[in-house]
Amino acid sequence: MTEIVTSQTPPILHGPSEKERKYDRQLRLWAASGQAALESANILLVNSGAGTVGIETLKNLVLPGIGRFAIYDDTVVTEADLGVNFFLDDACLGKSRSQSLTALLLELNPEVEGAWYPNTEATTLAALLTTSPTFTAIVYTYPIQQEHLSALAEYGEKHKTPLFAVHSAGFNSYFKISLPGAFPIVDTHPDETATTDLRLLAPWPELVSFAKDMTKDIGNLNHFEHGHLPCVVILLHYLDQWRETHGGSYPSTYKEKTEFRRIVQNAARTDNPEGGEENFDEAVAAVLKTVVSPPLPSGLREVFEYKRNIPAEQRSGFWIIVDAVEQFYAKHKCLPLPGSVPDMKAQSKVYVQLQNIYKSKARQDAGEVLQIVHATADGQQIDPAEVELFCKNAAFVKLINATGGDSSARISSSDRLKLVVDQELENDENAEAMMMPLSLLPIYLALQATSHVASASEDDILAEVAKVVPGANQIEKIVSAAKEVARAEGGELHNVAALTGGMVAQEMIKIITKQYIPIDNTCIFDGINSRCQVLRL
Amino acid sequence: MASAEVYPASEPARWKYLDNIRTRAGPLTNPDIFDGQVVAQNMENMKILVIGAGGLGCEILKNLALSGFKDIHVIDMDTIDISNLNRQFLFRQSDVGSFKAEVAARFVERRVKGVKITPYNCKIQDFDEDFYMQFQLVVCGLDSIEARRWINAMLVNMVDEEAVDSYKPLIDGGTEGFKGQARVIFPTVTSCIECQLDMHAPRAAVPLCTLASIPRQPEHCIEWAHVIAWDKEKPFPKLDNDDPEHITWLYQKALTRAQEFKISGVTYSLTQGVVKNIIPAIAATNSVIAAACCNEAFKIASNCAPCLGMPGENNYMMYSGNDSIYTYTFQHEKKDDCPVCGNLARELVIENPEWTLRELVDSFAVRPEAQLKKPSIRSESKTLYMQSPASLEEQTRPNLDKTLKELGLTDGQEIGVTDPAFATVSFKFKLKFKQAAA
Repeated sequence: MTEIVTSQTPPILHGPSEKERKYDRQLRLWAASGQAALESANILLVNSGAGTVGIETLKNLVLPGIGRFAIYDDTVVTEADLGVNFFLDDACLGKSRSQSLTALLLELNPEVEGAWYPNTEATTLAALLTTSPTFTAIVYTYPIQQEHLSALAEYGEKHKTPLFAVHSAGFNSYFKISLPGAFPIVDTHPDETATTDLRLLAPWPELVSFAKDMTKDIGNLNHFEHGHLPCVVILLHYLDQWRETHGGSYPSTYKEKTEFRRIVQNAARTDNPEGGEENFDEAVAAVLKTVVSPPLPSGLREVFEYKRNIPAEQRSGFWIIVDAVEQFYAKHKCLPLPGSVPDMKAQSKVYVQLQNIYKSKARQDAGEVLQIVHATADGQQIDPAEVELFCKNAAFVKLINATGGDSSARISSSDRLKLVVDQELENDENAEAMMMPLSLLPIYLALQATSHVASASEDDILAEVAKVVPGANQIEKIVSAAKEVARAEGGELHNVAALTGGMVAQEMIKIITKQYIPIDNTCIFDGINSRCQVLRL
Repeated sequence: MASAEVYPASEPARWKYLDNIRTRAGPLTNPDIFDGQVVAQNMENMKILVIGAGGLGCEILKNLALSGFKDIHVIDMDTIDISNLNRQFLFRQSDVGSFKAEVAARFVERRVKGVKITPYNCKIQDFDEDFYMQFQLVVCGLDSIEARRWINAMLVNMVDEEAVDSYKPLIDGGTEGFKGQARVIFPTVTSCIECQLDMHAPRAAVPLCTLASIPRQPEHCIEWAHVIAWDKEKPFPKLDNDDPEHITWLYQKALTRAQEFKISGVTYSLTQGVVKNIIPAIAATNSVIAAACCNEAFKIASNCAPCLGMPGENNYMMYSGNDSIYTYTFQHEKKDDCPVCGNLARELVIENPEWTLRELVDSFAVRPEAQLKKPSIRSESKTLYMQSPASLEEQTRPNLDKTLKELGLTDGQEIGVTDPAFATVSFKFKLKFKQAAA
């Protein structure tokens, strides 16, 4: 009779705090680190026009708990506001719009602070920008005064503040992000299925001997043992056999891989009670995906090739780690091992051993990268945790706005727009044959034509677009977009404002938390066809 | 070009922006069905039903109120929990414990003058055809596939080809993290929720033997505590997923088991996530998807621009914000063998002709194309198994252990399946036996 051990210390239980309970559904997306970044964010909204899309954006940031926001809006609340903006009511009529909006937004989350302008302390936008603590990000909505736009652009440049320009009118909208330089993201949250990297074609000694040990007598394993060999071990065993009969090379062509797959399939036992083996099924299914030596992912290649001209960039932790990983890659012809092992049929103990083999190799690789980092000037201060995260995600590291820091690659935004217009119009000619949807650029052009006016006629809009696209009034899609924008007369549809505000908030969260991948750099929405297009403009 | 005339119904100054769009034709407006003079008034008279007053529902109520609808009804049986407050913006800390439908309705009515919102704090299954017949449009913001399938089946069955009013367009939204989808269904005319069921395949269940003897992941230990240890030890009379004491018990059990197998990663948060099947949710995504749904409702009600869901057109928008922003708007085709809206029986592959009826019954829950948890089965000639009433269950139970062959079920035969979750529907399936391995 076994004695029951009662002296074992029960685990310390941390039930979730009140705040963790409130934010539970979002912490599962961006974790405590993302939440901390949000909570220290200070957001400015410069609101104008029909005034809804910016507020819907802020609503989606106040709810998850940004630290602080400020609204600059120099209008008073009118009847028309009450038909489109949810954060105003009849009692607000005739009062400062920024003050009224701030009060009703603050009701959403007692942990958020908010301020409204202009007030007696800052009577103009310029005054607000000079006196306020630095903003983490700024959103402004069209139509906007040219003077405000210039002040914001200058502020963004000076303080390295991301700017979000948003325009919503009738069924259409777009928003554009201006980042103060190249924007790297390490914690990109790739789909779990994309991250498997088992190194079956470049196994290291510990993995080799583990697999060999389990399969040295594979024919004589009993049904239970044979049916619980992890698929990684199965594949390593038969790859080894393949090499022996193929002059030392691995299956590389599609034909060879399907042949290899057949070999694995045939090695499964069918004379057992189940009439088949799940672990072999898993191995067969994994052949095409895991029997590969992954090329350098394009995202990371872009990071390696990016030319750094700004000294501050050169010294940042991210770029020092990039250099170290590049060195590692040059030496080993592979990236540091991420170290995770997907679930597979195996005995608990065996699976945990396998996990540990991958984990310790990953730790070893990250250690090597850390050594290179430490040997670099300014490398001593870098947090080993940052190196570890980079190594784990190396294949998915991404650089947004990659031409931003490289002045030689910079062209003026109007030249760039002309290039994209040509390209998009050309694509559209083949769109139908290719079963591709049409470009949404005409919507952008029509909206942009009303950047500084409250409302415009179809003819006004076309005349403005013609400055970028000669003969715009002859291009049916542009005429149609101009008509649709003219119909709105500068007014917003609440649904389109709410939808756009949701997208802008998602993007701001990605940029503030440095998690997930933001757009690069303009998103256009067509509310009639319910569709988006992202373009770099 | 002179601007076309605007035709407001009421408070022209307040609804100026809306009336500019809905009462005047745009370049893509279909002139055959659009009449700007009556749009605003028609929308004010429409009755629209919202199902769900949660993350999507709060947004939907706000959006419809600001789209010119005046008579909105909302059904939700849930009460407000603290974890709702990060996105369900009509609720405050002091509302925790109150009915969602009630609180949401009162809030929007207070904020948007002239809108009437009627809340129902109950299940959709509590209402019959007569109730649903009064609405012109239904917008769903639900988190359960089952409720979506139920309302879909109800609306499809309500269609009477002779009566135009019996066609109720259904608009459905759903989100998960930074992703979501919005779709429009014209019952019996275009692809329905049941036609699209395989787009929402259930997560593959972990085999019981993995939980019982070879756990490898923290989730396996939690499922073990949830499925096996709880049943064996019954620490409380009934498991309540919302009771922290119950979750703590499961967490401790799972943790002890994980330590025994040297598995790391069991946390309170993960335990709660696995047991309650929690889907991450944020305000921003709800904002996108609810607005996409209401934008379609607005276009359907006003005809001021083409909507999704017309026959032969796109009816489904997928949205993903994880990696840049990507939308895919496409046409999901209606299925002739849809058990709800099709007229052909759907093929049901029988893996092994030696199967017992029990194996067939059990397989319905996990088949992506069926997903029926409590199926009752009839063949063309007789009742094979009934889940209820108890007397019939008892009478038919012996059939469970007979093989399909013994029950006279052969290749190509049709069976009818009903499930208490979809009271009104009989799912038609046609058996297709896989040939036994040689």
